[in-house]
Amino acid sequence: MSIATKANAIWQYANPKKFLATTERVLPFFWISAAICLAVGLVWGFFFTPDDFRQGSTVKIIYLHVPSALMAINCWLMMLVTSLVWLVRRHHVSALAARAAAPIGVVMTLIALITGAIWGQPMWGTWWAWDPRLTSFLILFLFYLGYIALWEAIEDPDTAADLTSVLCLVGSVFAILSRYAVNFWNQGLHQGASVMRAGAVTGTDTTEKVSNVFFYPLFLCIIGFVLLFIALVLYRTGTEIRARRIRALLARERAGA
Amino acid sequence: MMPDLGKYTEAVLSSYALSLLLLGLLVVLSLWRGRKVRSEMEQTELRISRDG
Repeated sequence: MSIATKANAIWQYANPKKFLATTERVLPFFWISAAICLAVGLVWGFFFTPDDFRQGSTVKIIYLHVPSALMAINCWLMMLVTSLVWLVRRHHVSALAARAAAPIGVVMTLIALITGAIWGQPMWGTWWAWDPRLTSFLILFLFYLGYIALWEAIEDPDTAADLTSVLCLVGSVFAILSRYAVNFWNQGLHQGASVMRAGAVTGTDTTEKVSNVFFYPLFLCIIGFVLLFIALVLYRTGTEIRARRIRALLARERAGA
Repeated sequence: MMPDLGKYTEAVLSSYALSLLLLGLLVVLSLWRGRKVRSEMEQTELRISRDG
């Protein structure tokens, strides 16, 4: 099979029936593997890792803060891709996938903000600072709320999908800023990347990075959050597809009456 | 079994409690709505096919 044919094979999932049939089959794998990774990662991190020499036991917050912040940003980027697919190809499943992902993004952003504040208080002496990363994260949270509100406010689903897709494009600036703001705005309390840095792994970058004793359980937690996100998106997209079918059936019934 | 969290006990435990509560709520509400919508769809399809 050629690469182009393989790439084209993805569009078969734009068919709601095909999407639902496939997700029914793969969902148990994602639910179970997410539960295992999260349980092992969190228990390992909480019970079996030492305190940090500077941060004490607050370092244990890393197992929730970093994966949730990572997913908060990547959830928006996933919504950006599916929104672009909607705008270009008009596949309803992609618009519904973006809609289904938004509440997951809200929860991930909220967890990152709450755990960040709780961690920041003993380390920085404040719950909150108008630091570039924190501020762009707060704006991302507001964008998530606005995105959900826009879907709920517009009755016609195609118009709602169009407008929310445009909002998603605009909000992407803040999703990217919340990841890279610390790199080009030097003021602020939040540190730069200390976990996912290619240079730190290859040895070309010798600045401080998170120790392996914390990194291994953290990596497992990140995998767990990714798997949980996939399971939730697939499940919730299925729900949105069924809700759309109910609306279509009722509209057809009203038109025939 | 419980590790000694020292003076940060409150901060660490509240972080875990709030995060797990939010994740739990997200999963439970997603599953609850999923089941509700699925059963509504089945009932609607059945009613429409019965009524012709």
